Amino acid sequence: MAELLRVATAGSVDDGKSTLIGRLLYDTKSLFTDQLAAVERTSRERGDGYVDLALLTDGLRAEREQGITIDVAYRYFATPRRTFILADTPGHVQYTRNMVTGASTADLALLLVDARKGIVEQTRRHAFLASLLRVPHLVLCVNKMDLVDFDREVFEKIKEDFRRFAAKLEIVDVATIPVSALTGDNVVSRSPSTPWYDGSSLLHHLEELHIASDRNLIDVRFPVQWVVRPRSEELHDYRGYAGQVAGGVIKPGDDVIVLPSGLTSRVAGIDTYDGPVDEAFPPMSVIVRLEDDLDVSRGDMIARPNNQPTVGQDLHLMVSWMVDAPLRRRARVGIKHTTRSVRAMVTDVSYRVDIDTLHRDETVDSLGLNDIGRIALRTTSPLCYDPYRRNRNTGSVLLIDEVSGTTLGAGMIL
Amino acid sequence: MPVTGYELTHLQMLEAEAIHIFREVAAEFERPALLFSGGKDSIVMLRVAEKAFWPAKLPFPLLHIDTGHNFDEVLAFRDRRATELGARLVVGSVQAAIDGGELTEDTRPGASRNQLQTPVLLDSITDNRFDAVFGGARRDEEKARAKERVYSFRDEFGQWDPKNQRPELWSLYNGRHRPGEHIRVFPLSNWTELDIWRYIAQERLEIPSIYYAHSRETFERDGMLLAVTPLTQPRVGEAVVPRQVRYRTVGDITCTGAVESTAATVDEVIAEVAATRITERGATRADDRVSEAAMEDRKREGYF
Ligand SMILES: Nc1nc2c(ncn2[C@@H]2O[C@H](COP(=O)(O)OP(=O)(O)O)[C@@H](O)[C@H]2O)c(=O)[nH]1
Ligand SMILES: [Mg+2]
Repeated sequence: MAELLRVATAGSVDDGKSTLIGRLLYDTKSLFTDQLAAVERTSRERGDGYVDLALLTDGLRAEREQGITIDVAYRYFATPRRTFILADTPGHVQYTRNMVTGASTADLALLLVDARKGIVEQTRRHAFLASLLRVPHLVLCVNKMDLVDFDREVFEKIKEDFRRFAAKLEIVDVATIPVSALTGDNVVSRSPSTPWYDGSSLLHHLEELHIASDRNLIDVRFPVQWVVRPRSEELHDYRGYAGQVAGGVIKPGDDVIVLPSGLTSRVAGIDTYDGPVDEAFPPMSVIVRLEDDLDVSRGDMIARPNNQPTVGQDLHLMVSWMVDAPLRRRARVGIKHTTRSVRAMVTDVSYRVDIDTLHRDETVDSLGLNDIGRIALRTTSPLCYDPYRRNRNTGSVLLIDEVSGTTLGAGMIL
Repeated sequence: MPVTGYELTHLQMLEAEAIHIFREVAAEFERPALLFSGGKDSIVMLRVAEKAFWPAKLPFPLLHIDTGHNFDEVLAFRDRRATELGARLVVGSVQAAIDGGELTEDTRPGASRNQLQTPVLLDSITDNRFDAVFGGARRDEEKARAKERVYSFRDEFGQWDPKNQRPELWSLYNGRHRPGEHIRVFPLSNWTELDIWRYIAQERLEIPSIYYAHSRETFERDGMLLAVTPLTQPRVGEAVVPRQVRYRTVGDITCTGAVESTAATVDEVIAEVAATRITERGATRADDRVSEAAMEDRKREGYF
């Protein structure tokens, strides 16, 4: 069983995400006494009637003043079963880009719902984003059960509403748990207040979950990051290609093709500081040496001749747009894909997804802030890519403003 | 796709991620530098950098901002390590800036030179035209750090704008910046204090002796244990007691406290860290205890 689980919270503002993370840390005794003392002090000074555990992750001054989460906070904790990286994300639609930041690397999304309010637009937006980002697991936490008297019917109704919505999404594994982040019910241990609930507590679920790996161990993909040429006397002839394996298992002796040039060779060896290795797989960072002296540089992709990525300049993407200025046809953007940076022109804005209905609105000709939609791009030079659903590493791109350098959006290749 | 096996340990995953970050920066920036203080985090960071560029040498210099209030053991260690690696060491000196009249020292009791590091760091970055600076900061250290990206964008004044950080997606890092701006890069963002110690053990890294238990003349101030040194003298009423102590962080002598400890080996330190109930900064850094947002405020101004 994999020992590390990356978790990101999701859900609308005030549904209790930060409190739940705080509760998990508190009840697993992962907090340090000085952290707890600081939170108690701040709660007391603000006149809260209880210790506000959300303060454990809302670490910025502006967040504490406003009682909201603005940007992702990363927290780390371990139980004897597993190590966790928790990304507590903001719920405001305004900060969706920060939620996407947290979710892009997550194995599991903890989607919170306020039991009194049920599924709202942000719940749907975040569920949709989690599915688009292909976060493999989702836990729907029906929170604030203490405010609805731990009523089973409230829980079942929300569970059913979500099931109906999620049927239209590609979420493989969903669990639903009734919790109270404030009082701790069903967070670390099963609560006596929900005798009708026969599933596990949240922590137990997180610890026991079999992680469906998002790694692709089939298709060899090695984006060249850095050409190693020591140019020292003793290593005069050393030439290797450093990078992080993006897919598949590479072994010495393998026939390989370098893309986009199409030159072929064979793997002479795989080196690391700690010695040569017999095989390299994601996410190992290694140096690959080839038998032939080819022209290989950063941005090239090493694959197998019988299993190659698409090499092309016309891409279709789903994008999550993150800036005020709308994305329009003909826009010129910078693209970062694996280790390759190119420029591109938007050739089409095909549709915008309506978050409520998941309906495709094909009448639009632009995407605005926080919109999710499908576009087409033509790049100035070829990229070596796979569909995102096949490989998160070779199927993801950043859209970048060529002038200011800001990240405009996240793209997932179809 | 369910192939089993092919698992990395937690430390291997963290190391692979950090190596990837080092290589991205080396490939995409003109003039990076690595902040090396001789502290444990920067020692670990330097080893990962060595691995990232092996068998070649580091493609960037080391940078140390010397407050002039450092532990001698740590400075000696810093110099030795740079020589071993054949790396260039650039030192930005707070003392020189004070002597040259560029900075004025706060000499009131309790003042530290911590704030003075920031202008010296920013000057070193400008003078050397560094466009990326690696730091050993970890998100588990402090709540403002917990919010920071791996690539932390800084404007021409070196300022961090926590309310307006770039999204950071997957492991696709966006290092674009304009002349005068730079990026602070934190390859160890996802490491915890315990991971650092386990890595020190795994790699058999040498670290300055003050990280292990030793006997010192100490006194208590504001709930911290300070060593008696030429720079930190007990005030009236502060009793000097010899204690077995070690340091969990190594910063400016005047604001870095020790913890009582008998841990004399890496394994003993790991056992102690695993059981501790107080954060490393909470225990030992006066600079972070000034206010709730002390770290955030310093980072906004350009601190690491
Ligand atoms: N009664 C009750 N209040 C809760 C619960 N969880 C969170 N809250 C409160 O809801 C408010 C918003 O919580 P917070 O964690 O900041 O929400 P976030 O915006 O999703 O991070 C705070 O006042 C919390 O104390 C719960 O389970 N029960
Ligand atoms: Mg929150």
